Amino acid sequence: MTAKAMVEYEVVIGLEIHVQLMTVSKMFCACPTTFGVPPNTQVCPVCLGLPGSLPVLNARAVDLGLRTAAALECTAHPRSQFHRKNYYYPDLPKNYQITQYQYKVHPPLATDGGLAVSAGPSVTGEPPLRRRIRIRRVHLEEDTGRLVHVESGGQVLHSLVDFNRSGVPLMEIVTEPDLRSPLEARAFLARLRAVLQAIEVSTGRMEEGNLRVDANVSLRRPGQPLGTRTEVKNMNSLRSVERALVHEVARQRQVLEVGGSVEQQTRHWDERRGVTFASRMKEEAQDYRYFPEPDLVPIAVTAERVEQIRRTMPELPEARRQRYIAAYGLPEYDAELVTSSAPMAAFFEETVKLFPQPKTVSNWLGGDLTAYIKAEGKEIEDLPITPRHLADLLRMVEQGTISGRTAKEILPEMLASGARPDAIVGAKGLSQISDTEALERVVDEVIAEHAGPVADVRAGKTQALTFLVGQVMKKTRGRANPELANRLLRERLGFRG
Amino acid sequence: MQTARAWDTRYARGGNLPPLAGLPVAVKDVICTTDFPTTCGSRILDGWVPPYDAYVVTRLREAGAVIIGKTNMDEFAMGSSTENSAFGPTRNPWDVSRVPGGSSGGSAAAVAASLAPVALGTDTGGSIRQPAGFCGIVGLKPTYGRVSRYGLVAFASSLDQIGPMTKTAGDAALLLQVLAGRDVRDSTSADLPVPLYKEALNGGVRKLRIGIAAEAFGEGLQADVRDAVSTASRVLEKQGAELVDVSLPTISYALPTYYLIATSEASTNLARYDGVRYGLRAASTDLYSMYTKTRREGFGPEVKRRIMLGTYALSAGYYEGFFLKAQRARTLVRRDFLHAFERVDLILMPTSPTVPFGLGEKVEDPLQMYLADVYTIPVNLAGLPGISIPCGFADGLPIGLQLIGRPFDEPTVLRAAHAYEQATQWHVRRPPLDGATKPPATRSGTSSAGKPPGKPARRSAKQSRAKRSRAKPRRRS
Repeated sequence: MTAKAMVEYEVVIGLEIHVQLMTVSKMFCACPTTFGVPPNTQVCPVCLGLPGSLPVLNARAVDLGLRTAAALECTAHPRSQFHRKNYYYPDLPKNYQITQYQYKVHPPLATDGGLAVSAGPSVTGEPPLRRRIRIRRVHLEEDTGRLVHVESGGQVLHSLVDFNRSGVPLMEIVTEPDLRSPLEARAFLARLRAVLQAIEVSTGRMEEGNLRVDANVSLRRPGQPLGTRTEVKNMNSLRSVERALVHEVARQRQVLEVGGSVEQQTRHWDERRGVTFASRMKEEAQDYRYFPEPDLVPIAVTAERVEQIRRTMPELPEARRQRYIAAYGLPEYDAELVTSSAPMAAFFEETVKLFPQPKTVSNWLGGDLTAYIKAEGKEIEDLPITPRHLADLLRMVEQGTISGRTAKEILPEMLASGARPDAIVGAKGLSQISDTEALERVVDEVIAEHAGPVADVRAGKTQALTFLVGQVMKKTRGRANPELANRLLRERLGFRG
Repeated sequence: MQTARAWDTRYARGGNLPPLAGLPVAVKDVICTTDFPTTCGSRILDGWVPPYDAYVVTRLREAGAVIIGKTNMDEFAMGSSTENSAFGPTRNPWDVSRVPGGSSGGSAAAVAASLAPVALGTDTGGSIRQPAGFCGIVGLKPTYGRVSRYGLVAFASSLDQIGPMTKTAGDAALLLQVLAGRDVRDSTSADLPVPLYKEALNGGVRKLRIGIAAEAFGEGLQADVRDAVSTASRVLEKQGAELVDVSLPTISYALPTYYLIATSEASTNLARYDGVRYGLRAASTDLYSMYTKTRREGFGPEVKRRIMLGTYALSAGYYEGFFLKAQRARTLVRRDFLHAFERVDLILMPTSPTVPFGLGEKVEDPLQMYLADVYTIPVNLAGLPGISIPCGFADGLPIGLQLIGRPFDEPTVLRAAHAYEQATQWHVRRPPLDGATKPPATRSGTSSAGKPPGKPARRSAKQSRAKRSRAKPRRRS
């Protein structure tokens, strides 16, 4: 029953992504945007919303918004408008947020774009589906302050507000509900993040809140109108976005399958428990009373400015991916992996310069290195190693100084400590035994100790030979050059297979 | 006082002096000053001292002016009588049983009573010109964008302008010269060169085409006011101006249009007074009750009325019908004026439909109160410069003449006003300050809990009276 019911629902996901722009100063005042300074030290009358203060638009933020618009193939509007979004909250000093609302007569910065993504290898083993996800709009807005609740024994004693973040420039990117699976949503976000990094709009660090994602999720029977959606918040990594969506889709499916109906609500992702839960606050339909911000003039964007931005755009991940396929001969999947973030691509290119075997480099980057990063919850730029470290390691394998297995073993240590591979190999005596004389002794010992398998080898059994090579490796604690051990055993036992 | 003394010393030494050296200026209490509380006539900001000076205050100080005190006003500039102040009403120096107009009633009364030679007012729907007219002084609302609003506590951002309130057009020119100009901190301030206003004063009105719109002389206009304004137009004609009939068919929609736009903007501009960061905070046990109690206790009835009206106009389902429709009507009003200005250089009309009314007379009837601004509001909607100058008296009460100019054409407005002053003596009349009718203390000085601002204002009165041979009422009339 379930298998049949499962295929009858189509997953519909739309994302709203808040991106902190890499500007030196805030959106509407000259206060710095430095992260992690003491509370309320980066404030002024404007970002505190003091009576009489007025906002002045940060031109750099507009440029970054226009760059994003260009990278996402959006139409930038010649005159876009800021709006006030009215609601009361203590972290919002004016009790309205200056943002851009999508209104026909007052358009936001840019609308109607798209970004192509591959949803990764599918479970059924079909080749990844490459689809263009439509972007509804890109707009600019200011961030709010931050509330700090002072608690004692589980009770909130009082709350404090830090306005350092108040007025920090944000860009909101809204997709159409085009995403069809949690995996695709994750792939889209990874791609979008790589784009934002490539054009130097954002660091893209989700755990620091530089990239915040809200997801609208609903299910429907194919061909039917959109179902009731829930908005899922509070996901702070790509992985948690996927997990939260998987959970929410399953939850909604369960509700629908027993004949229930999904309630329109905001749900928070609990990373630890692995569930989404509805906020306890009773939700009323909020009327934000949007209207044009009279303190700001419309943002005027000329065709020349758009053209200038287009001309000075750095290489985008998609172009880079194509280039890697063409220039380095990388398979599609590898190219996608090493262009998954701008720092990753830079690391790849640097390593290839030092060790010109692109496929080997992408294997390592996409394999062990990526696995390590994911397990540690880090980004490649957090690692203490440089492309030279990896290139040196690969060269030691190539030259037979260490085995591939040894290399895999010492990589985590390099990644943890930043030590050079030759230093680790030297300190631990891990270098491979490639000396024929030294290895001949071990080979002889193994032959003497395993009469049975030796006889099998002499009788032409390959499996027994593999066993004996393994014994040599075991005796040398993995340091034997496996090819040499193999050759020596064959010679001694007169094996031709 | 110290600053004034310092300027005296420099003057004695014969040094170069900035344009307003030593000039005492009274400032409406809606403009931020670091040395006086800025209360906006509201309990919710009682005692709040801004950490920064408004752009205009900085400009005044740089020009050598001395801020001698803050003047009373209708709460958050919402009103036409200065009765809506949390700190009590201001009275009209010409008749203390009557209102001085509003919302800049404190500034108007202070200048009329020579407590200060000049003052700053703000004008959202007539708040400079109407009290100037009621108190028999000159009040200029510059073109929207001519003077920076940075540090002006917002009522309606798209309408608010700061301007001079003075005894003559010449003084207004002098002050505007200092106030006007591009300020990077106000995105809506115009990046246009500032003309030399004083030099523009003396051209006369010969060949100037002055428009008169029948729509501004219709129902509701007091006969005395109509007569005085008509006489004034003939005075200008006699001096060489050409009177031209123009039509402003949409100005009858200006009042409702204004009360939708201004209240909409006000409803969000005033959202920040919530007890969280500054000003009044009502004792409460939770966030929601802190918000509601603070605002209930902190705002007066007119402010509450306008916040509710504005909130309603912006609400889902009403936005199109109210706010957007009002925006379209506003465009039409502006178009009407600009169309008229294709044929004329100035438009002449009364400042107010009546002479000053009695204290308490219209408090219970907001709609009647709103009508006091029927001739000034269209000018704000169109963003144009407008001046009110004294043009006569009815039963000893001043009447104001309004001259409206093209965008940024303050020079022509000031030139015509100055020419009119040259031909008449209304502007030199001073109210009888003999104390014959002893009023309860006139609060034309400060509003705030501030005794301090009140005192300097009084001292300055002596000072300025000493300078200009004590003005006697009707001396030269």
